[in-house]
Amino acid sequence: MLAQQIVNAISLGGVYALFALGFTLIFGVLNVVNLAHGAVFMIGAYAALKAVVVLQLPLPVAILVAMLVTGAVGWLLEKFIFAPLRARQAPHLAPMIATIGVAITVTSLIEGTFGSENLRFPAEVLPAEILSMGGGAQITWLELEIIVLAFALMAILLWGLRKTGAGRALRGLAESPKAAALMGVNVEAFFRVTSILAALLGGAAGVLIALYANAVFPHMGQPMLHKGIAVVILGGMGDIRGALLGGFFLGFAEVLSVAYIGSNMRDAIAFGLLFIVLLLRPQGLFGHVAQRRA
Amino acid sequence: MEWLDSFWATYNTLVLSIGTNVLLALSIYLTLATGLLTVANAAFMGIGAYTAGLLTTQLGMPLIVALILGSLLPAVVALAIGRPTLRLSGVYLAMATLAFGEVVRILILNAEGLTGGALGLNGIPQLTQWFDVALAVVLTLVVLLRLARSRIGRTMAAICQDEIATEIMGLNVRAYKLFVFVSGGALAGLAGGLNAHFTFFISPNEYGFERAVDILAMGVLGGTGSPWGAVIGGLLITLLPELLRGLGHYRPLINGIILILIILYSPKGIWNLFRPVSESTRLPAAP
Repeated sequence: MLAQQIVNAISLGGVYALFALGFTLIFGVLNVVNLAHGAVFMIGAYAALKAVVVLQLPLPVAILVAMLVTGAVGWLLEKFIFAPLRARQAPHLAPMIATIGVAITVTSLIEGTFGSENLRFPAEVLPAEILSMGGGAQITWLELEIIVLAFALMAILLWGLRKTGAGRALRGLAESPKAAALMGVNVEAFFRVTSILAALLGGAAGVLIALYANAVFPHMGQPMLHKGIAVVILGGMGDIRGALLGGFFLGFAEVLSVAYIGSNMRDAIAFGLLFIVLLLRPQGLFGHVAQRRA
Repeated sequence: MEWLDSFWATYNTLVLSIGTNVLLALSIYLTLATGLLTVANAAFMGIGAYTAGLLTTQLGMPLIVALILGSLLPAVVALAIGRPTLRLSGVYLAMATLAFGEVVRILILNAEGLTGGALGLNGIPQLTQWFDVALAVVLTLVVLLRLARSRIGRTMAAICQDEIATEIMGLNVRAYKLFVFVSGGALAGLAGGLNAHFTFFISPNEYGFERAVDILAMGVLGGTGSPWGAVIGGLLITLLPELLRGLGHYRPLINGIILILIILYSPKGIWNLFRPVSESTRLPAAP
């Protein structure tokens, strides 16, 4: 029983972490609380679904399509929302409110176009074999693929940030845009890249959750956004490793509370936890010192 | 007067909604004008609505008592959570109040014995008359307009401009913040109580994130330079969806686009467009 819960927690936590990574990346580098990240996540799910159902593409290709689409959305966000507000040096609440506007706009566009009902992936594209693991735990191919993909994307991102020149430049930018600019970093280009990268990760998380629950609907981004916020605050805002740990922390907290307390209090636990953390440790559970406290 | 009767029969809910939405917009005006981005007003509205609704349906109390208690309880809750929460600033405060709002919604949802859970609270007597709402709006507006010109209003603007400088001037910034947060909570609770007594039915999801965003949109759209901004915001955000009924699912689109356009092109809200230039340069508004 416990082994099974751990498997569930890892796959759920992996997706939460993936979603939170994009959110925290935008906060760390652009210093923007992107409340449209949930909408981007939802677009990713719809893009993959349409790629499978309408274009008849195989699932892995559909995931790539979804990431391309959401990457483009990230670019648009940067170009039309973040960049103009940055140029005007608007207070940091301005992009936050503008992205709420984006989320409402995008959600109602999708709802108007595809309807508000719950759409599903056709059963034949979902790998359904069940693998038995030790201790009576089972894992489906789908869960395994979700775990592998989530971890692979996170590993690539972490490796890129640590080991490549671009990653170092990006981390420098997060510390101080001015200093990075003086060191010859093309700041605007990196802002653009960050926004695209974050949206792409959000889109991938959207596909994975859509596959996990086999449900795609216009408002799916909103609960996820709330969870992403919880994760990022648990881990410390703008902290990459914190987002990873926070994602798994929330995954475990949810799965265990469903298993041992009851499913209806699942969300209350996530937000109760978040509320308490904010009051007692605003730098996050795992954070050292928040460098970008507002 | 026949046309008036038929107009009223068709549109009374809309007119009353305008009133309660203006109250909600005024409730967030208080915190926004102080430079605080709190999004707990929907939760306070919910607490007020459930308190007032339960008092009239279960205990048969008169509306006025229910309304008073329905705005007192959210104020007490605001006082309790305000002390620790208001230490946070900027986005952290927004996130904390967002989390608080979700906790309240989920608690209402799960306290089935008291609140009816997801099924909501049914059969609330329709006690709210148009003059109740009008009186509440006018009184609140008069008080807030006086407040804006008073020492308190000027301190709110000062905190919004520069919190540390205000503190150095010897003003008790924390007390002022707590004051606007608590009075905003009471006002939102009052709006909730009034609203519950003409919609007949309330459910926890009415007081979730979407309502919080709606309230925020009203405050930002109108502008936080003056209580009149909140009036404009409440009016527009209530009327627009009605005027755009033909759009179906696309209706929220307009709210979204308005929010984006306002932030991009007129960050101080619509009210700011009407103000004389000298005044708007002298007193820049939040956020």
